[in-house]
Amino acid sequence: MSLRSPLGRVLGAGAAHDGVRHWWLQRLTSIALVPLTVWFVVSLLALPSLGYGTLVAWMSQSWTALLLILLVLTAAWHSQLGVRVVVEDYVHGTGARTLTLVVIGFAHVLLAAAGVFAVLRVAFGAAQ
Amino acid sequence: MPTRPLSPHLSVYRMSRYTLATSIANRFTGIALSAGLLLLVYWLMALAGGPRSYARATRVLTLPLAKLVYAALVVAFCYHLVAGLRHLVWDTGHGLERAQSRHSAWLVVAVSLVLMLLIAWHVWPAGAHAP
Repeated sequence: MSLRSPLGRVLGAGAAHDGVRHWWLQRLTSIALVPLTVWFVVSLLALPSLGYGTLVAWMSQSWTALLLILLVLTAAWHSQLGVRVVVEDYVHGTGARTLTLVVIGFAHVLLAAAGVFAVLRVAFGAAQ
Repeated sequence: MPTRPLSPHLSVYRMSRYTLATSIANRFTGIALSAGLLLLVYWLMALAGGPRSYARATRVLTLPLAKLVYAALVVAFCYHLVAGLRHLVWDTGHGLERAQSRHSAWLVVAVSLVLMLLIAWHVWPAGAHAP
């Protein structure tokens, strides 16, 4: 006999009230980051230099800009999920933990937005 | 704060060295890479600001200390990548036996070392990657 309520079983959220969402998203983002990060590192190494002109020419290519945006978004998401667990493990006390998690969440959204904005600005050539 | 044992409550586990080391290394390298993301976005924002802003950022990004940071990020990236793949294999239910896990721990160290050396070998010779 299960002691779980029928509603609880259907929701599948478990004792953490969040189900497997965190775990699953961490896996999804990690799978996506394998090709994205390898592409990024290999591309950087393959560039003739890291001078301004070279980089702007590189980032003006549609695929480069697209993959860079995906990289920044996925990396920020994965980073937030990972740092969150570290905070939950080591910051005890509900107030301090909640505050830290909120700050870390905001910081990651800011990083993601700034990264996407920067890539788009370079790709669309607004910077003089 | 409750008085019951709280996660991770390290003292209750008997951890042979490799399990502890690979797990904590994955966490440390992950945190290092989060800092690396900050650096990546700083670099992208500097680029987005135009040639003068990029030149200004380059002065910071080419400090001797920065090279140490890049080296640490390469180490962190290679390790976290390979250790993450090990976790993904575990998630399929494979490789969880003690002997297999010990074997894969060494495999992770070996493969990530090879990746680090490959990257170092690419960056080292000409110094071509100084902006």
